[in-house]
Amino acid sequence: MIRAPAQYWLLIVMWIRSVLAYPASFVLMLVSSTLVNLTDFVAVLIMFSHITAFGGFSLGEMALLYATSSTALGMADLLTGSIERVGERIRTGAFDAYLIRPVPAFLQAAADGFALRRLGRPLQAGTVLVFALSKVDIDWTVARGIMLAVSLVTGTVIFAALFVLGASFQFVAIDSAELANSVTYGGQALTQFPLTVFGKEIVRAVTFVVPLAFVNYYPVLYVLGKPAPLGLPSWIGLLSPLVAAVMVALSSLAWRAGLRRYRSTGS
Amino acid sequence: MGVYWAIAVRSFRRFSTYRIATVSGIFTNSVFGFILCGVYLTLWHERPGLGGYDVSDALTFVWLQQGLLMPVGIFGASTTSELGERVRSGAIAVDLYRPTQLLLWWLSVDLGRATFQLLARGGAPLLVGALVFDLKFPSSVALWPLVVLGLLLGIMVSFAIRYLVALSGFWITDSRGMEQLALVLSLFFAGTILPLVAFPGWLGVIARATPWAATMQVPIDIWLGRNPGGTGAALLFQFGWLLVLLLAGQLATTLATRKVVIQGG
Repeated sequence: MIRAPAQYWLLIVMWIRSVLAYPASFVLMLVSSTLVNLTDFVAVLIMFSHITAFGGFSLGEMALLYATSSTALGMADLLTGSIERVGERIRTGAFDAYLIRPVPAFLQAAADGFALRRLGRPLQAGTVLVFALSKVDIDWTVARGIMLAVSLVTGTVIFAALFVLGASFQFVAIDSAELANSVTYGGQALTQFPLTVFGKEIVRAVTFVVPLAFVNYYPVLYVLGKPAPLGLPSWIGLLSPLVAAVMVALSSLAWRAGLRRYRSTGS
Repeated sequence: MGVYWAIAVRSFRRFSTYRIATVSGIFTNSVFGFILCGVYLTLWHERPGLGGYDVSDALTFVWLQQGLLMPVGIFGASTTSELGERVRSGAIAVDLYRPTQLLLWWLSVDLGRATFQLLARGGAPLLVGALVFDLKFPSSVALWPLVVLGLLLGIMVSFAIRYLVALSGFWITDSRGMEQLALVLSLFFAGTILPLVAFPGWLGVIARATPWAATMQVPIDIWLGRNPGGTGAALLFQFGWLLVLLLAGQLATTLATRKVVIQGG
């Protein structure tokens, strides 16, 4: 456990060195990964060339939602996103190799093919965050500042837990990688908008079933001093660390269960 | 000709083996479909008639788009990235050895893939969407052949772009960076992030003139009957880009073949 961060670091450094072997391609990938994500936000900008408010949110407030959601997913994707490739290894039996090395299989799977270019998303989200903060008039308090900073971490943890849950499910259903995308990348697409535009059922679902609303929506509502939907208290965003902890516990149980179920391939 | 048909059929079969992937893909498309519908409903509620689309057009656009992402090859066109991989690894030498045209070989592989994904995945999101929303379908039987032709041209234009991208590996060793860059352009200009009709002013004009517009926005507009210049002009636009890109692809193949050095051993 204690050695885990050092082991993880060792693995990702190896992968970073391997991608830097083709520097031109790496630079192109980093730039284009930043641009891919920028297109999401350009879509928001284009929408605001036609409208002045979206579901009661101004452009600056939308930018804040977007930046927090995108940072959280980007960091989670960078740190654990590779884990979705376990399905491939389970099918071919190459997962065996993880089990005989003196490093936890989880770390190896999370670091496998570590893609530094995924830094593009947090980089771009950070820029949008600066834009958002310059544009929105927030009545800053210490609590709100802490909430915003903490939400970036807890959001990352919640998305990372979802990546791990998705990967764990692949021990049961190989090839279901795309299924997990619907809650991770789909979750990012959802949480970049004010959730109330999707209707009460969706808000309930992402509060009580898949707690995506705690990634950024409730924290941002708290920061902006907006009331929460469904008659929930306006401080519900403060619960996001608790939600993140529960998600970590669940995903860790799921991963262990999946690992126990692994039987390698025949012949 | 027979050999290319045989390749296409085998490629079709190969993709048809990924059943769970197909089902989970449809599920993901549907989730994204509902998210986008929520967004577009809000947008078109604030600005009715935006870009000449009514609400029903916008919602139909969402579900057609979700069905077409894979067949058109905006996402997950593993055929051309496999070609890029073969250029990088050098396995391309084997392909160049064969008494077939490289471009036609991979076009056949890609058409086999696209046909399977169109049949298995193309219509499913549309059905899901039609259960919940009031969607538009082509008004007369005579329109269906045009819709099919538009789709075929769209898939082939998309292939021609991806083929050029894969071949770029001959010059920059690793085509993955170029693939990413091409992904940005296609996400933006095919109408994936927002229908091109909603792009304002000059941005809209440029977007609608790019080859990426020919891959998805144009076929969807043929379905909706919303092409500004009419369906005939739209098909001509697609055909023009296809011709230009395939010629460029053939030229790149010739140049690359002259350049390639096979390592002995």
